[in-house]
Amino acid sequence: MLNISHISTFYGAIQALDNISLNAEKGEIVTLIGANGAGKTTLLSTLCGNPRAKSGTITFNGQDITALPTNQIVRLGLAHAPEGRRIFPRMTIFENLQMGALVADKKHFAADLEYVFTLFPRLKERIAQKGGTLSGGEQQMLAIGRALMARPQLLLLDEPSLGLAPLIVKKIFHVLKEINQQQGMTILLVEQNAHHALSLAHRGYVLVNGRITLTGTGKELLQSDEVKAAYLEGAA
Amino acid sequence: MNKNFLTFLPPVFLTLLLSLPLLGFFAQENSKDILLLQRWDWVLYATAAVFLANSVLIVLKKYPLPSFAISPPAKNLNALKALLFLGLLALPFLSSRSTIDLATLVLLYICLAWGLNITMGLAGLLDLGYVAFYAIGAYTTAILSHYYGLSFWQCVPLSGLVAAIFALVIGMPILRVQGDYLAIVALGFAEIVRIVATNWQSLTGGPNGMSGMPRPTFFGLEFGRTSSSGLPTFQDFFHIPFNSEHRLIFLFYCILGLAIIIYVVSKRLRCLPLGRAWEAMREDEIACRALGINLPRIKLSAYSIGAGIAGLVGAFFATKQGFVSPESFTFNETAMIVAMVVLGGMGSLWGICIAATFLVLLPELARGLADYRMLLFGLAMILVMRFKPNGLISVRQPTVKMS
Ligand SMILES: Nc1ncnc2c1ncn2[C@@H]1O[C@H](COP(=O)(O)OP(=O)(O)OP(=O)(O)O)[C@@H](O)[C@H]1O
Ligand SMILES: [Mg+2]
Repeated sequence: MLNISHISTFYGAIQALDNISLNAEKGEIVTLIGANGAGKTTLLSTLCGNPRAKSGTITFNGQDITALPTNQIVRLGLAHAPEGRRIFPRMTIFENLQMGALVADKKHFAADLEYVFTLFPRLKERIAQKGGTLSGGEQQMLAIGRALMARPQLLLLDEPSLGLAPLIVKKIFHVLKEINQQQGMTILLVEQNAHHALSLAHRGYVLVNGRITLTGTGKELLQSDEVKAAYLEGAA
Repeated sequence: MNKNFLTFLPPVFLTLLLSLPLLGFFAQENSKDILLLQRWDWVLYATAAVFLANSVLIVLKKYPLPSFAISPPAKNLNALKALLFLGLLALPFLSSRSTIDLATLVLLYICLAWGLNITMGLAGLLDLGYVAFYAIGAYTTAILSHYYGLSFWQCVPLSGLVAAIFALVIGMPILRVQGDYLAIVALGFAEIVRIVATNWQSLTGGPNGMSGMPRPTFFGLEFGRTSSSGLPTFQDFFHIPFNSEHRLIFLFYCILGLAIIIYVVSKRLRCLPLGRAWEAMREDEIACRALGINLPRIKLSAYSIGAGIAGLVGAFFATKQGFVSPESFTFNETAMIVAMVVLGGMGSLWGICIAATFLVLLPELARGLADYRMLLFGLAMILVMRFKPNGLISVRQPTVKMS
């Protein structure tokens, strides 16, 4: 479904991604783990065309999207829940979800809304509350819900566990699993929380300083010494 | 107590320091030369005033006044709006010529500020060249009627259209770029428009401006003493005696109508996907991009719709004044309109309405204070910024009501 081959991305003279290749098949959960500044966020934004890859190609469902404008990429069915949630703070939960549905067909709106509310009943209770006054966990639920409202084929999530209590993280990861199993949704999950991410994902990649150093199934990576040493100290 | 006393000192000391040169000396001309005189008592008064004001603030901090929330229940609010509307309808019959004139001016600025509210209040684009589109609208009306003999009602939509097209052309390259380049380029564009209007003597009449603006007609009926169109005049048609005030009253109603249209359109737009995208863009551009919104297009639409409204208002301004000249379109106008939107509360139609009324009326009402007018103006601004930093009405109403 998603095929990234040999892309490199620069910020001015600084190289953030170096010859990255990665793919995700339909129905898979693929995770990308790495330390702060490894380039995880950069990879997701490069997928969406901002910044642009300097070399390499990205294809989505066989179509080359490397040079497409961001808004067209999103319209192809690739929803991005960006780092730091980025909820619209002065808009209500309902309005935030409406914004997510802007690129989707109107006739699905009611059903999609219902689906998001069954995943996150908390959002339904607070439907008229302003996004900015939600707790971190609720904001993350809203960010995922908003991305789902776009009816994507591929969901890009950037650190959904950022700054959340372990219990909420567990809940959110459980919902991701549900979306994947019920809808067959393909998910590309960027995480620092390696233990949770690798337990959930079918496959994973490890990113270090803009390069992919290791790849394998979630289980394999959880067992690998490199991952254990670098990301799982005390977590297991 | 001791600590309080210390917070006193800096402002008092600063006042003393500043007022020594600013108030302490003054120049007086006599027949031969200019004398530099001193008035130390003024320094004393200023310092004492700041001292007093500070003590009041500190006492208030300790014993705050009961806070009053200005949020009457929705039912009363609607009644208030209806009352206001009826009041405006009746106004021309209850007041003098000069009051009608002033009310028309207030409405004109409310329309302008509501137009800028779309660009700046909803979409968050700082447009420091807004007056350019107002000027383009006014000059379009002047030129079309003067050279091509178009009537007022033909000029109005064309003025809006021309202003919107200019905004598209200016905005197209700038709004693709990230960052606040718009403010600077728009500022420059407004100056260019003004300078072109001043120097293109053959077309715009240069600094002298153009006169003989077309007058609005009532379904083709003119308001003059005699009619030039072959139809009877308004007064003859309705068999009422001629009165030159009728024209003014009619213009007042026309601009009231324009204001109501802009109000309704602004409210409707907010509930459409386009308006929602504007507000989302103001809140977070990165999130918008991630949601597949075509940012340049959304920005361009907000910019040109705002400009189109300014163009429409420009046409009404031209006919109200009876002539247009570059003087009416300086940066001061933009600053004034931006102040209305910011003080009123970005995105709040009623807040902006109050701020616009206040900012137009204040200089008129305070005419007696002569030079101190601007001082009062500044004080009012500081008070709003101190106590209502996000504008008079800063609560954003959701576009969808949930039970
Ligand atoms: N806009 C930018 N301009 C310049 N350099 C940038 C920019 N954004 C990111 N970088 C740099 O690119 C590198 C990768 O950053 P990125 O945000 O992709 O890391 P990350 O893996 O997402 O980190 P984290 O886990 O902390 O979010 C970092 O060295 C960062 O400083
Ligand atoms: Mg990141």
